[in-house]
Amino acid sequence: MAQPLVKKDDDRDDEEYSPFLGIEKGAVLQEARVFNDPQLDPRRCSQVITKLLYLLNQGETFTKIEATEVFFAVTKLFQSRDIGLRRMVYLMIKELSPSADEVIIVTSSLMKDMTSKTDMYRANAIRVLCRITDGTLLTQIERYLKQAIVDKNPVVASAALVSGIHLLETTPEIVKRWSNEVQEAVQSRAALVQFHALALLHQIRQNDRLAVSKLVTSLTRGTVRSPLAQCLLIRYTTQVIREAATTQTGDRPFYDFLESCLRHKAEMVIFEAARAITELNGVTNRELTPAITVLQLFLSSSKPVLRFAAVRTLNKVAMTHPMAVTNCNIDMESLISDQNRSIATLAITTLLKTGNESSVDRLMKQITNFMSDIADEFKIVVVEAIRSLCLKFPLKYRSLMNFLSNILREEGGFEYKKAIVDSIVILIRDIPDAKENGLLHLCEFIEDCEFTYLSTQILHFLGTEGPKTSDPSKYIRYIYNRVHLENATVRAAAVSTLAKFGAMVDALKPRVFVLLRRCLYDGDDEVRDRATLYLNTVGSDGEVIETDKVVKDFLFGSLDIPLANIETSLKNYEPAEQPFDINSVPKEVKTQPLAEKKAPGKKPAGLGAPPSGPPSTVDAYEKLLSSIPEFSDFGKLFKSSAPVELTEAETEYAVNVVKHIFDRHVVFQYNCTNTIPEQLLENVTVIVDASEAEEFAEVASKPLRSLPYDSPGQIFGAFEKPEGVPAVGKFSNMLRFIVKEVDPTTGDVEDDGVEDEYQLEDLEVVAADYVMKVGVSNFRNAWESIGPDFERVDEYGLGPRESLAEAVSAVISLLGMQPCEGTEVVANNSRSHTCLLSGVFIGNVKVLVRLQFGIDGPKEVAMKLAVRSEDDNVSDMIHEIVASG
Amino acid sequence: MDTCPSIKNILLLDSEGKRVAVKYYSNDWPTNSAKEAFEKAVFTKTQKTNARTEAEIAMLEGNVIVYKFVQDLHFFVTGGEDENELILATVLQGFFDAVGLLLRGNVDKKEALENLDLILLCLDEIVDGGIILETDANVIAGKVASHSVDVGAPLSEQTISQALATAREHLTRSLLK
Repeated sequence: MAQPLVKKDDDRDDEEYSPFLGIEKGAVLQEARVFNDPQLDPRRCSQVITKLLYLLNQGETFTKIEATEVFFAVTKLFQSRDIGLRRMVYLMIKELSPSADEVIIVTSSLMKDMTSKTDMYRANAIRVLCRITDGTLLTQIERYLKQAIVDKNPVVASAALVSGIHLLETTPEIVKRWSNEVQEAVQSRAALVQFHALALLHQIRQNDRLAVSKLVTSLTRGTVRSPLAQCLLIRYTTQVIREAATTQTGDRPFYDFLESCLRHKAEMVIFEAARAITELNGVTNRELTPAITVLQLFLSSSKPVLRFAAVRTLNKVAMTHPMAVTNCNIDMESLISDQNRSIATLAITTLLKTGNESSVDRLMKQITNFMSDIADEFKIVVVEAIRSLCLKFPLKYRSLMNFLSNILREEGGFEYKKAIVDSIVILIRDIPDAKENGLLHLCEFIEDCEFTYLSTQILHFLGTEGPKTSDPSKYIRYIYNRVHLENATVRAAAVSTLAKFGAMVDALKPRVFVLLRRCLYDGDDEVRDRATLYLNTVGSDGEVIETDKVVKDFLFGSLDIPLANIETSLKNYEPAEQPFDINSVPKEVKTQPLAEKKAPGKKPAGLGAPPSGPPSTVDAYEKLLSSIPEFSDFGKLFKSSAPVELTEAETEYAVNVVKHIFDRHVVFQYNCTNTIPEQLLENVTVIVDASEAEEFAEVASKPLRSLPYDSPGQIFGAFEKPEGVPAVGKFSNMLRFIVKEVDPTTGDVEDDGVEDEYQLEDLEVVAADYVMKVGVSNFRNAWESIGPDFERVDEYGLGPRESLAEAVSAVISLLGMQPCEGTEVVANNSRSHTCLLSGVFIGNVKVLVRLQFGIDGPKEVAMKLAVRSEDDNVSDMIHEIVASG
Repeated sequence: MDTCPSIKNILLLDSEGKRVAVKYYSNDWPTNSAKEAFEKAVFTKTQKTNARTEAEIAMLEGNVIVYKFVQDLHFFVTGGEDENELILATVLQGFFDAVGLLLRGNVDKKEALENLDLILLCLDEIVDGGIILETDANVIAGKVASHSVDVGAPLSEQTISQALATAREHLTRSLLK
């Protein structure tokens, strides 16, 4: 067995001779002794260095000792005057990256080379020395480097400039002193010197906006010789444009320069400029056109790199300005069959974004031919593009859905299959006509699906959508097959789905029950448990009776409590007589504490944050309040607001307040901090004047016995209000206390104190305080399930606003509700936006809000507000919040 | 994007994906095994493409890779996702043509390994720490091949070195035939 193997190796040696065959580190290190010979043989030495470099390049590593030995041996080679050998010595030193104490050995040799008459020595010595040196040595050679920057030999100048760019990261203060020389080098006639000088100059000045702007202004007027430097200039120009755009209006500065670069002779400059134009903030169609035109020319280039660059850029443009790219569609279509699969995929997805309804069928045909021979990652891109196309042209769902189901049957990895399933699910949700067809495709898929995760997801989805179809019974077979054929996880999911059909479709109930009873003999605990649970709750006799709504909600209703909250509550739960009460879990979505807009520049955490934990966590508040006997009978805490500052920053006493809302009470928690080391405050109370809050009556207050310097304390005030009513009002607050002088050095407190008062800002309880942020997982379903009974729709003009995004976030914070499905984010430059919000109003009334915004020319924002809730008054109340806000 | 164009690595692999010479300028691949894994991925991804007449391009792990093949040698230049593809292609072309000049048109693995010193010097002259030094193949090759002798060298040593250089030239010629 061994014999033929050896022979084979021999054969290979014959045909594949390599000078490094059988090379061994130990032997080469031995060979390196020739470096120490008194009569140096430059050729031999070069060969040995090449061997050492070969070993390093192949991933071999030298031990510390070996590296040091080689390094010292190599330094001996500076004696030789052979240029070739010297070049190899430079390379070797860079590769060995010697330690600081070793560097000293070669410093003098390298400094000698740096001042040599031979240009090649100077250039290389600079690069080597700057690579291995540290800051202390740099001051010694700084003079030479400055000279080198303006050296008449371009190679030397470039070497110094590039070294400068590297050194700027470690010793910026030294490199910054060279800017006069660098400035001179920018004017160099040598193309690459100009490029390197420009790069270094910009990096020296990058934090000085004015200087960068000046640099760009002067260079865009002058002549830049190197295409690379021109590319740099384009990048710096776009940076200046971006920063200027926020302050200036009217014509975009420097656009003409970018546009003129589209006519440059170097392709890399043309492309850089075209790409820069497409990426301008709020680019107009007029500005885009010339860039698109040159990119279109690139599409038919013979060079794949050019085609790729162009199609990749156009693909990005198509996301924001699909109409601008449609002109390129014909060129793009010819790229579908491009040899380079990356180009073909980008072309396809661009076409899918820009295509119109009539071209869909033709496109799908082309894509089908090409799907089989691209990688999964590209397939996912295509699937996502098809999904958005289908949503754009719902009438074409048939051919697109067929395409998706076909590729679902083919081979593919998990991510790919998941992308397809997700797409089908979204299409079913959004295109009612596609539902039955799509569900059947999914049913067929789970008949032969190797991914447990996907099977369970689809079964769950079937359980929600299946019972609502015209003939739910046809799905039962597919679901029950899972109970026979799959692993325990999928079986359990199938049992749940069956039960859902039984609960929702009364006609199917007896038959579903027969199937569920069979599951009682399953080998897996979870499957049996689920079957038992459903049989007992949904109605065990198999009679055709309607399942109780409460049971339905319990079994299949959505869990409107954030999972993270349940997790913390369960962790806190101690096994006791009392069972765990799910209603005790806070429903509020936890958010990071936000700094109040009214008080910019303040520390977001608030000076008077309670020491028990971060101020926004509901758990911490609940614990704190329930520990105070006066508030123990207020019931369950509904909501706690974010802290509102009642004092300016940097005042003597810092006070902020948290509003705790209960069903019949409101508790104000004043977090106070004394910032004067010379004072101790005692008997601190807040005198609240509720004359402008008629519906509130003070019932309790809890003063603070003493408030020493820099240790926050809390004062509470409780008010009664009518039950379940979102009473609003304004409260004025006065801090009253006794001041005692303290000697900050000794900590001694004087006995006598003076009574004093400190005016705080007013505090308001607004309607938004009665709305709790509670998200919903599927807004559309939730919206429909609440129904239009108590829907209130009205339109509002919001007046001139800075931007659409600003208007949207203002309304969200006014309402204090949870944005759903990422709709709080407004796309750049969009003229209209829809935002979905959900929340729970006091009294546990679910509220959903759909906001439609539009902006017109002079930044006038209009808004249509649609509210659905389970209570007439609550819907009106939301409108009132907006109308008065 | 406001920064200088930068090169993440330059690879020269053989027709089996083994290293001939590689140079990494970024810390994206900190260990040798990470480097080898990247080279393997790049090689496998591009292996079946025809990059012999024109440079080709691919994306991998958030990098743009331009590449060109000749004989049993595969040339790659890698840059960041947002890098101007044409700048990368210019660097590749500079490397590719410079190697062609230095190996006097005999561009294959055997020749490249025999002149590995030239290849390594060539890499050194194209990019320094990720920053493009030079892209003109003639200039690069010129800098690498300047095997003339230091003007300041004493006459005796000069003649010996020159004699050796000539001898070497003869030797390689006769070996190559």
